[in-house]
Amino acid sequence: MMYRALLHLYPKSFRGEYESEMCVVFSRRRRDAAGPFGLIPLWIETIFDVVFNAALVHLDLLRQDLSYFARTLRQSPGYALTVIGIAGLGIGATTAAFSITDHVLLRPLPYPDADRLVTVWETEPHYSRGELSPANYRDWKGQSKSFEAFGAYTDLSVNLVGEGEPERLMGEVVTAEVLPLIGVKPMIGRWFTADEDRHGAAGTVILSYSLWQARFGGSNAALGKSVLLDGEPCTVIGVMPPSFAFPRRESEIWLPSRFGPERFEDRSDTYIVGVGRLRPGVSLEQANAELRLIAAQTERQYPKELKDVSAAAYDLRAAISPQSKTMLSALLGASLCVLLIACTNLANLLLARALARRKELAVRRALGAGRERLVRQLLTESLLLALVGGALGMLIALTATPLFAALVPTRLPVVALPSADWRILAFGALATVLTGLAFGVLPALKATGGADLREGSRSGVGGKKERLRGALVVAEIAASVVLLVTSGLLIRAMLWIQGTDPGFRTERVLTLVTPVTGPRYAKTVPRIAFYKRVLADVRALPGVESAAYISALPMVWRGGIWTITINGQQPADPSSQRASIRFVTPDFYKTLAIPLHLGRDVAESDVIASPLIAVVSESFVKQFWPGENPLRKRFNTQGEDRVVVGVVGDIRVRGLEAQYSEPQVYLAYQQVRDGWFVGYIPTSLAIRTVQGDPSQIAPAVRRIIAKAEPQLPVTNVRPLSEIVAGETASRKAQLVVLSGFAGIAFLLAAIGIHGLLSFTVSHRTQEIGVRMALGATRGNIMRLIAGEAFSLAMIGILLGAAMAYASGLELQSLLAGLKPNDVDAFSAGILLSLVMTIAGSCLPAMRAVRVDPATALRAE
Amino acid sequence: MEPDALLPLPPAAFHILMAVADEDRHGYGIIQDVSASTNGELKLSAGTLYRSIQRMLEQGLLLETRDRPAPEDDDERRRYYRITPFGREVAKAEANRLTHLVRLARKSGFATGRA
Repeated sequence: MMYRALLHLYPKSFRGEYESEMCVVFSRRRRDAAGPFGLIPLWIETIFDVVFNAALVHLDLLRQDLSYFARTLRQSPGYALTVIGIAGLGIGATTAAFSITDHVLLRPLPYPDADRLVTVWETEPHYSRGELSPANYRDWKGQSKSFEAFGAYTDLSVNLVGEGEPERLMGEVVTAEVLPLIGVKPMIGRWFTADEDRHGAAGTVILSYSLWQARFGGSNAALGKSVLLDGEPCTVIGVMPPSFAFPRRESEIWLPSRFGPERFEDRSDTYIVGVGRLRPGVSLEQANAELRLIAAQTERQYPKELKDVSAAAYDLRAAISPQSKTMLSALLGASLCVLLIACTNLANLLLARALARRKELAVRRALGAGRERLVRQLLTESLLLALVGGALGMLIALTATPLFAALVPTRLPVVALPSADWRILAFGALATVLTGLAFGVLPALKATGGADLREGSRSGVGGKKERLRGALVVAEIAASVVLLVTSGLLIRAMLWIQGTDPGFRTERVLTLVTPVTGPRYAKTVPRIAFYKRVLADVRALPGVESAAYISALPMVWRGGIWTITINGQQPADPSSQRASIRFVTPDFYKTLAIPLHLGRDVAESDVIASPLIAVVSESFVKQFWPGENPLRKRFNTQGEDRVVVGVVGDIRVRGLEAQYSEPQVYLAYQQVRDGWFVGYIPTSLAIRTVQGDPSQIAPAVRRIIAKAEPQLPVTNVRPLSEIVAGETASRKAQLVVLSGFAGIAFLLAAIGIHGLLSFTVSHRTQEIGVRMALGATRGNIMRLIAGEAFSLAMIGILLGAAMAYASGLELQSLLAGLKPNDVDAFSAGILLSLVMTIAGSCLPAMRAVRVDPATALRAE
Repeated sequence: MEPDALLPLPPAAFHILMAVADEDRHGYGIIQDVSASTNGELKLSAGTLYRSIQRMLEQGLLLETRDRPAPEDDDERRRYYRITPFGREVAKAEANRLTHLVRLARKSGFATGRA
């Protein structure tokens, strides 16, 4: 009995043949081996014997199946190539989309216990994530019990001088708690100490791995070296490991915050972000409840400054915008659609092939091959095809993933590109095996179930199988309609955004940034000299039409919003009276081609001693003085009265996609008070050229700036058009991927229709012959074949259109106001599906028409 | 197929061919015969035997016979195996191969006897 059970290790076919024989042999040997001392070695030997030989028998079968497979490949390489290609595309698309989604949405962020890390923000009725003031940070930190550690950071950019070219660096100012609470140790060196974070402490700095490599060649001697950051000497005390990014990908250096006492005076001076590590067992909700209580307390203490200000903690992934999340889910959905289409296509192909091979299989069954044996052979075949297809798919995924890098949000502290890791490989392998089984089992069972010689010789097409294959094709068409229509909707949305008028002309304008912010330029007067010198030289360059400086270019900096008061009346709702404030040199409107409607431009005569002036945009006038002449009217912002001298056109400061941009106020560049907020100092230079590519004058401009100030880095040199194109760049990247998927789906569905119809035609040759012999015209036959394709296409298109509408509703946040039932997108998608149906049914229909009745009838 | 294509034969297969050279035998009979002719040194296990038989049937070295010996010796469950002419050729080719090998071994002094 035990021996018989052991024999189950053999393949069924072998067992059926030799089981009883082997049992006889075994019982003889047991009889010969007398006594328990003989029996034990016999059992050990037998177990070893069965396991070893069963494995060899399995191997023999595999070898046999492989040789069958090799023969199949030689006989019909086209079939094998199609299967491998389809499997590869499906698996490749899915794996690539999954690896990017996993990287951005699923994988824990690269810090120890990342789920306990949160960022803390101030909230107001209209802003859910506003920065904190250092005073609020100090008070909230002191009172909260939810956190194991609590720190704060703020973005900064500094000029690095020494050890090579001057360079503009993106970095972070952090309190001493931040890096230890994140939990990633420096690769060499150490974190900041509490002393180094005190007011007045000597400068220290921690470098990112890439900066360390670039500036110090990765040498350990960098530790203890001093670098000049915005003119202050700072000692390098540590280097972070290459995988470290916080709070965003671009951060290159970390400096201690060293808050001075004056930083804690103004509670409306909000510019830092809190970051905390929750105590084990404390949930985000509990921490939020506590923060709200504490914030309510501080609001009672400072009712004026902190009106309606509360606090909120978010997990780190909240930095990803809901749009990015929606887009990634859409991509994943699209890739699953492609995989679904690929699988149904394969199932269809294999089903057709298995039916075509019925005769061969029936012969083999008649010659004694068991059903299990045949199923096994077919499964080996399909798994092998799926494996080769899977390998191809992994290759496609590896090549395609870098194309997706633009889809990884830069605000997220992860590296730009997902690396291939075991999760992705596991996903690929799973997709491979599932595909293999999905398109292996069904046809294998179908083909071998009750196949005998009688049935094998007949070439009729069973109605039931026909319906199954039809259903598969309908599913393919529906899925491809969904992808086509969704891509269409997103393309329409992008065109709409691209067509939005930014309020200025982008062509032939070069922009760059010269951060004139170090200690040498702490006062306004030396800066004015710098601007005058640089602008005069640039304007004198041949081919330059005009040039001007501004605090920051539209769409690059969306903030800088201040409350406006008129006639000293505090507005009832301050959030309704805001404007974006910029300082500009003369000629800014000319350079960006913003129309000047009324009055005059900022002038060189507007110096600090003369009355403070302002140029405002049209919507500003509409809001504050509707129907009145705004010239010489006064308003107050940043604590000072300004008189309006000009009115210009509105521009989209917040970007093309934003529904609303605040009215704009432009102030004169010489009327910046000393010690004014660094962010408003004019640092961006815009140059309009007469013709051609504006980038050509970049070297000459660099020379002019180097002559005026050799230690000043020149950064962000790019045409203005690139900034505006950047508005839709991530959309474009997403669209390329999505349209790629739609294209693949389109192709696969066409192959599916073609495959189904060719199969039908070749199996209905006799019927067609009879029909033709009985007088059917070519037109009748054409209608017969094309009719089948069209009825399938119509069902698929109806289903697909319904699903596309549903997915359009899901994607509404990405549609920039476009309705998800957009007629153009739907008609384009449906039209393409019809084209696909026609293309897919063309060849089989022609073959059907060419059937020669005489040959067809004789063939049977 | 050329007999040489199957050379060298696995030792088990060669022994099985020798066991059925003169008379048809059933599985256990083959094990006993091999054991006897090698003075008990080679005892084929059931697994090795039937795996070899399965493959030799496929290769056409053996065939299963329906002519049973005298009824009193017969057991309903047993299958008898007979060597095919092709099996004989293969066995001869294998024997030749081995003889040639031994001759070479003698030449180089690895084995006793005339080279």
